Amino acid sequence: MTDLLYSDTEEELRAAVRSLLGARLDPAAALARAEAGRPHDPALWRTLARDIGAAGLLVPVELGGQGASHREAAVVLEELGRAVAPLPYLTSAVLATETLLGCPGPAAEALLGPLAAGESVGVLALPLTAAPGAAATPTVRDTGGGRLTGTVTAVADAAAADTLLVLADTGLHAVPAAAAELTAQVPLDLTRPLARVRLTGAPGRLLAGPGPARAAVDRALRAGAGLLASEQVGLAEWCLTTTVAHVKTRHQFNRPLGSFQALGHRLAQLWLDVAAARAAARAAADALATAAPDAPLLTAVAQAYCSGVAVRAAEECVQLHGGLGMTWEHPAHLYLKRAKSASLALGTASHHHTLIAAEADLPAPPA
Amino acid sequence: MTAATTAEDLRARTRALLADRPPATTDRADFLRARFDAGLAWVHYPEGLGGLGAPRALQAVVDAELEAAGAPDNDPRRIGIGLGMAAPTILAHGTPEQKSRFLRPLWLGEEVWCQLFSEPGAGSDLAALGTRAVRDTAGDWTVTGQKVWTSSAHTARWAILLARTDPDVPKHRGITYFLCDMTAPGVEVRPLRQITGEAEFNEVFLTGVRIPDAHRLGEVGQGWEVARTTLMNERVSIGGMRMPREGGMIGPVAATWRARPELRTHDLHRRLLGLWVEAEVARLTADRLRQQLAAGQPGPEGSGTKLAFARLNQRISALEVELRAEEGLLYDDWTMRRPELVDFTGRDAGYRYLRAKGNSIEGGTSEVLLNIVAQRVLGLPADPRDDKDLPWKDLAR
Repeated sequence: MTDLLYSDTEEELRAAVRSLLGARLDPAAALARAEAGRPHDPALWRTLARDIGAAGLLVPVELGGQGASHREAAVVLEELGRAVAPLPYLTSAVLATETLLGCPGPAAEALLGPLAAGESVGVLALPLTAAPGAAATPTVRDTGGGRLTGTVTAVADAAAADTLLVLADTGLHAVPAAAAELTAQVPLDLTRPLARVRLTGAPGRLLAGPGPARAAVDRALRAGAGLLASEQVGLAEWCLTTTVAHVKTRHQFNRPLGSFQALGHRLAQLWLDVAAARAAARAAADALATAAPDAPLLTAVAQAYCSGVAVRAAEECVQLHGGLGMTWEHPAHLYLKRAKSASLALGTASHHHTLIAAEADLPAPPA
Repeated sequence: MTAATTAEDLRARTRALLADRPPATTDRADFLRARFDAGLAWVHYPEGLGGLGAPRALQAVVDAELEAAGAPDNDPRRIGIGLGMAAPTILAHGTPEQKSRFLRPLWLGEEVWCQLFSEPGAGSDLAALGTRAVRDTAGDWTVTGQKVWTSSAHTARWAILLARTDPDVPKHRGITYFLCDMTAPGVEVRPLRQITGEAEFNEVFLTGVRIPDAHRLGEVGQGWEVARTTLMNERVSIGGMRMPREGGMIGPVAATWRARPELRTHDLHRRLLGLWVEAEVARLTADRLRQQLAAGQPGPEGSGTKLAFARLNQRISALEVELRAEEGLLYDDWTMRRPELVDFTGRDAGYRYLRAKGNSIEGGTSEVLLNIVAQRVLGLPADPRDDKDLPWKDLAR
């Protein structure tokens, strides 16, 4: 049966990540860095990825990883979501890592080791909106001999990458980031930087031909969508906890705001939604970890459900903080921007509903 | 005999019972009596009262052995109020005489129980109840008042009853808890027909009903504290069933969708998928709660299960009526019936739609449950209230 709880080891990992982020991630400083065009914090990433070993959770020990599973990676993502951390975990330790795990062969294995060890950052060069089960047409062409030309937009964390995994018409290629022209785009979510990646005859090393490449990318997008749900749970929980604390202490009309039933009911409903989102996200993580037959269904259910809960939690957080919630100074806006962007990432709820229709045999009417 | 605390010990005792009274050749009532007397009825109850003082979780060991052997059960759905509400309250607050008199026939199903709590003037504000119990010089009681929404009143032999014994003190302090004989003179049960056309529930009129003081449960004026035991158990039993995927209200809708392509529209498809996801997530949430309880980490999620299912059942059944197009205009049967068991997913779409309206009212309205989550789980301050310290007789009504 699906294990929906957290093990003691998972709780220890959570505590380590939470205490690291608590000590080293200051929202105001992160925001200032993002505005200055340097959102990433390489020192913090090294501690999380290498010292705590979080980057290699999905990678087997014999390939240089921790040999853990999606359950542990999900716990890390909950904490990163709770802190809206600008770290390339989802992109490098989940999406790029899963893609490489789906490309058997020495070329992919050679890249996995440094990624798992936190010595290098990899990014799958697709728009963040790329979704599982939707065959994306490659926008990059192989002009011969692995020379790649083309442009990909809205690539998350590309600026932090050492290696780009590029899907071209001839398959999946590894491209040194230095060989690509990166232009930062102005992102709605300041904590997940986006860039336009332009390749003009950049040298690519082939990792998989077109068919296997598609399968590897799809596997990565599915795992990414399922695990993004955990990031959304952590984010939603921060919004709920912060808002509850605010309405207990903020007084208007000679009463704490939280004593008004209209607000109590809204927050109680949000608490129910967050508890439900946690169950959905745990189910997805466990199904991915155990390669359960219903993993495609449960990852789609988790992403379809949790993205909406995260957005609602962040919107309630802004609204119930009143004027404070509209300021640049209060961190609520960082959570709103992350939540709204994440609801478009790796397939919208509506896209995942389409996947569920197929998995659960609930066919659409004829066109 | 020392109390059984291990699974192996309980398994051995259950096998001994089965060897002594083989279900195939034993009369059902005989078997159930022997099971009760062996302490295998509810193993967490004390010895002599159908249990062995064992951990509650070990009941599953006994049940699995009995089920595998094809043993008869005590038809728990028929006596749910007795098992789920009366029994834990009598166990927690009863005198030794009350426990030995009532628990055995209750568990055996020989005596059905009902609950006389709600009144026309006291629903969500149950503590405002006005049914009066007046003490005579011999120390016994005479009860007069009206109760409502009583399931099983027409089959019940006994009732748990809340009545006001002191109108001059604030409402929570003037209530006493009684065990009421439903065959006593002055007890009149009338079916209460509901919006589905049937009458699952009753109104109960109490006119000068005599209750001996020996049938008082707990101290005079302590009825509210005693009732909390009952109400906590009610919410647990309403939210506690395990379900397979599509096991709830979404099941019949999904089946209709698959079987009837001509009913499909794009708008219905979009809404069906949204509700299907919510139903699956609610199921996983209830599973997670169950796993937490089994692991000895009771979480506050339990308060949410009933709220989530009430809302979901209403939205799903509403969609189902619409999905059925012209058939959605029809209703299976308005005949007045008195069903013994409630079946939320039984009958037709129209029935399900109407019956589900009760899910957010019975056993604590959704509004009250949201207050409970806000105050007890999130720790938000309560709305200021002026009714807690006023004498009951001075409250607006």
